[in-house]
Amino acid sequence: MAFSDKIREIYQSQLEEIRKAGIFKQERFIHSSQAADIEVEFPEGSSLRKVINMCANNYLGLSSHPEVIKAAHEGLDSRGYGMSSVRFICGTQDIHHELEKKVTEFLGTEDTILFPSCMDANAGVFEAILTSEDVMISDRLVHASIIDGIRLAPAEHDTFKHSNMKHLEKKLQLHADKRLKVVITDGVFSMDGDTAKLDEMVELCEKYDAMLFVDDSHATGFIGKTGRGTHEKYGVMGKIDIITTTFGKALGGASGGCVSGRKEIVEMCRQKARPYLFSNTIAPVVVSGVLKVLDILSASTERRDKLEKNTEYWRKGLTEAGFILQPGDTPIVPVMLFNAKLSQDFSRDLYDEGIYAIGFFFPVVPNGKARIRTQISAGHEIHHLDKALDAFIKIGKKYNILGKTKQEIIEMYGM
Amino acid sequence: MEDIRDIVLDYVIDEYLEDEDEEITYDTPLISGGIVDSFSMVSLKRFLENKYKISIPDEKATPEAFDTVNKIAALVKEFTG
Repeated sequence: MAFSDKIREIYQSQLEEIRKAGIFKQERFIHSSQAADIEVEFPEGSSLRKVINMCANNYLGLSSHPEVIKAAHEGLDSRGYGMSSVRFICGTQDIHHELEKKVTEFLGTEDTILFPSCMDANAGVFEAILTSEDVMISDRLVHASIIDGIRLAPAEHDTFKHSNMKHLEKKLQLHADKRLKVVITDGVFSMDGDTAKLDEMVELCEKYDAMLFVDDSHATGFIGKTGRGTHEKYGVMGKIDIITTTFGKALGGASGGCVSGRKEIVEMCRQKARPYLFSNTIAPVVVSGVLKVLDILSASTERRDKLEKNTEYWRKGLTEAGFILQPGDTPIVPVMLFNAKLSQDFSRDLYDEGIYAIGFFFPVVPNGKARIRTQISAGHEIHHLDKALDAFIKIGKKYNILGKTKQEIIEMYGM
Repeated sequence: MEDIRDIVLDYVIDEYLEDEDEEITYDTPLISGGIVDSFSMVSLKRFLENKYKISIPDEKATPEAFDTVNKIAALVKEFTG
């Protein structure tokens, strides 16, 4: 037997360490489709609970939209279920090409290449376009998938303090001798909900002859006046060299991602990016759904406008109730609790009140910055937000944190 | 010669602290305390190598060896003699 008792013990002790550290992840089973109202089984075997979902990336409420479901059905009927091939052998359909063209148009770039996920896009892009003569300079809070991509690339790597333009400039000066420089950032940062200062970053990149890479996964479809993303918000459309984004969040939420940007970069990915070369691309049924999503979003800004209004309502309600929020204007709204245990207790109590929102703590967020991360959707109605707000206030009173300063909360509960 | 610890401390404050009023000492846990993430440690290693004209092998450049200013100074001394 290859999986001996010794091997089993090694893994069991590692798992035990994860449990002891309080970071053991358990799935909650949702018995309905993804929406504002869901039915959840948690813990496993318990009876179903109807709860309001405040933690999905379903920003535009399109995950279960009837038109998207219909388009997916039609795609399944007309193009089949799977491709059984990677793209460059016999795994490319006309609709894959059509989606690449539509994404290019939507984001205002030169060209686009699909990947099985944005995780794959980020894991593959840097290795495909950089050599050991180059440097990658990344914001310290970029997403884990970018960190994996950086690790796989042969170029030198350096970081700059989160959103600190002076520090970024210093690093661009430090690496002035490199053949190619690429500055790497998220558009919207997933844990804090703040946005990268892309106007200033474009300026710095132009000054120091560096490329700019933006992962806009938490932005595409709703940030900016017509939802094109963080580059629209900062007035720099056409000036971002590489955008990666996902179809697994606002754009229907199924799966898939892409690299979009300068045509030479996209072509290099088509020739060299390993997750593109060695994995099937997005299934036809999902491609058909995303095509419909882009049609819906190109025809009207109604959904992103509703999301913006919902977000304002939610932020205002929580602020007036006396909670401390991370500043920002995106639908990622972190309610700061600072103490890790408090964040877990708060989340459990919310669930008991029928509100599903998760507490995050170190090492997912910096030590002493534990929070409940709420995410607003265009699928939420005001009655959802009011019910969630009532629950937050009730539990906030229970723990006596309403109207308290950060210092006062830390004095009561510790870091 | 300026104390290695002070040079490292100044670098850590300048390079890593988000809030420059935050106080750190020679024994503040940098990596396990979440001040320096292990991924950003690379710039600290490069700084030490350039500053002291040494080469720290990867197996020595562990998060444990880089966890406090005192430990980092001891590591540098090991290579500068």
